[in-house]
Amino acid sequence: MRVKNSRRPGVRTASAATALVCCAATAVTSGTSPASAAANNYSTATSVAAFGGMSGLVTAAKAEGALNVITLPDNWCNYGAIISSFQKEYGIKITSENPEGSSQDEINAMVQLKGQSREPDVLDMGTPFAIKADQEHLLAPYTVSEWRDIPAAQRASDDTWWADYGGYVAIGYNSAVVKTPPTSFKDLLRPVYNHMVGINNSPTVAGAAFAAVFAAALANGGSFNNITPGINYFAKLNTEGNFVPVISGPSTVQSGATPIVIWWDYLQKSEIQAEVKTWKVVIPTDGVYASYYDQAVSANAPHPAAARLWEEYLYSAAGQNQWLQGSCRPIELSTMVANGTVDETAFKQLPSVPTGFKGYPTQTEVTNAEDVVAKDWATDVATT
Amino acid sequence: MQFGTRARALKAWAPLLPFAAWMLLFLGIPAVAVAIGAFEKSTGSGLTMANVNTATTGVYLLGFKNSLKMALVTSIIPGIAGTFLAYAIHTSRGTVLRRLVVTASGVLANFGGIPLAFLFIASIGAEHALVNNWLADVSVHLWPSFNLYTFSGVALVYMYFQVPLMVLVTLPAFEGLKASWHEAAENLGAHTWQYWRYIGVPVLLPSLLGSTLLLFGSALSAYATADALTAGTLALTPLQIGSFLNGNVIAGEQNVGKALALGLVLIVAVVMGLYVLLQRRASRWLH
Repeated sequence: MRVKNSRRPGVRTASAATALVCCAATAVTSGTSPASAAANNYSTATSVAAFGGMSGLVTAAKAEGALNVITLPDNWCNYGAIISSFQKEYGIKITSENPEGSSQDEINAMVQLKGQSREPDVLDMGTPFAIKADQEHLLAPYTVSEWRDIPAAQRASDDTWWADYGGYVAIGYNSAVVKTPPTSFKDLLRPVYNHMVGINNSPTVAGAAFAAVFAAALANGGSFNNITPGINYFAKLNTEGNFVPVISGPSTVQSGATPIVIWWDYLQKSEIQAEVKTWKVVIPTDGVYASYYDQAVSANAPHPAAARLWEEYLYSAAGQNQWLQGSCRPIELSTMVANGTVDETAFKQLPSVPTGFKGYPTQTEVTNAEDVVAKDWATDVATT
Repeated sequence: MQFGTRARALKAWAPLLPFAAWMLLFLGIPAVAVAIGAFEKSTGSGLTMANVNTATTGVYLLGFKNSLKMALVTSIIPGIAGTFLAYAIHTSRGTVLRRLVVTASGVLANFGGIPLAFLFIASIGAEHALVNNWLADVSVHLWPSFNLYTFSGVALVYMYFQVPLMVLVTLPAFEGLKASWHEAAENLGAHTWQYWRYIGVPVLLPSLLGSTLLLFGSALSAYATADALTAGTLALTPLQIGSFLNGNVIAGEQNVGKALALGLVLIVAVVMGLYVLLQRRASRWLH
């Protein structure tokens, strides 16, 4: 679904291809969808009403008895717990493929496994990839019961994808080593942070690192139309000797190479804090940048009712709170805070968001910024 | 008669067939696909020079320069160091030491990627990294004057597998150097340097050059180690190709990646050409 430490296209694609070859033969015989599913045509159901309400959906999904998910790591937004809760609650067996894969892998799987019982039923992907999948007619329109709680700007106009959870670019630091807590991008330029600051990968490769550059741009007079101040910021961080251009993660924190890492707040928590107990996470006061991932249902889902039940579960208070317990911010968070259904303990553990949030860049702005980063990153933030 | 000769010739070439088929499938066809793709438009059909123009300007030109420099530095220095090390092993009397070094070379020559990068990060990648602490105890301060996350840092890491590789591939050449030649030369009154000047080096040179070329190729194409250590701040062509094929940030420009790959093929072709010339010159000394 996403880029973690890095993205290795070759490896994932190869494994997907192998899986395709090895199991194509068994696909036909092992299909568990009952004939009634096809008769009822659940794959065109656009809301729970098509099942005659929630109990109808549950019955239909239980009859299918299985669900295929893809690219959901156990420690990513608490997906491990979500998967086991769903299985326990409905007795539906979940097959989780390629947990460390990328959004592109999800599209590839839908294309390569089309029509087989192994095709992913549900997707969790970055917005550019959701748009691409929609353009390739791979997604089924569906509106979860809580549709109105999802801001209109964060769901597709044709209902084929909708935001699920997100987070902010954050500064994490090992409080055992870093005695002066940094709170902003500007802070990180101080000599006290010499040889300390890392990012999770090259911004020409990883979405999170790219977001870090965008956030730094906002902190330094840039805008969604102008990412260059962000590149200049990292160039300065580099010439000041504070930037450590290593692919950062729990291992570089533990080895002491990067006592400070700029990354998504929820990954700081689930990936680093889980292993380094003294790890603290703050959202920089001068560059507040957030991004959400999206949910979607495959147009050719082999288990169309179970896929829709999964979505209903994720957008129920229980599902949303489970994301929250994984330090991710569910899209219904503000509604849940307002109506009191939020898990207060988990909510209080989120790093607080400073004022100055400027919303989200458009897809065009993102594409333009990516071109600039591709051209200028290695020349301006050059190591010699 | 004619047929018989031809059949014999066919028979002689037949064992080569699987190799030829392999080369065609995994080298020939991909190389042609890359060469064609480099001149195709990324969107729609038609030919264009745009990919090649992009690939030879700005950060991508810098990538070629850095890659070439990296490959030269990390093939010539380990080439020389590895030669001397191989000679030392060849002449050493301790068979245990010799076996240890050869086995270790076999392991280290194949050590690479992220684990290798992390080995160095944990050893010398921070002020209080393991080896830096040890050095500090004996008042040697590598940190912060030597920075792992730079060109020279990456070069050092490459040498960690390049030197053992050189030892592995040159040892057989030293084994081919017969002790009787040295004795014969001495009997005829040659000094040591004369022996090396007229016999040792001329005999060894072709294989030493070939081995150094192997190192050049391995350094030019190394990927994961440099990627882990520099987060894209060191422009290297293989990493840039990766960012195009990945399609995560730079979408829909895979053909620029192919143009970059074509550039690498050309660099290797030129180096191979120089190598053939040198090899010819080197072999002539033998006659």
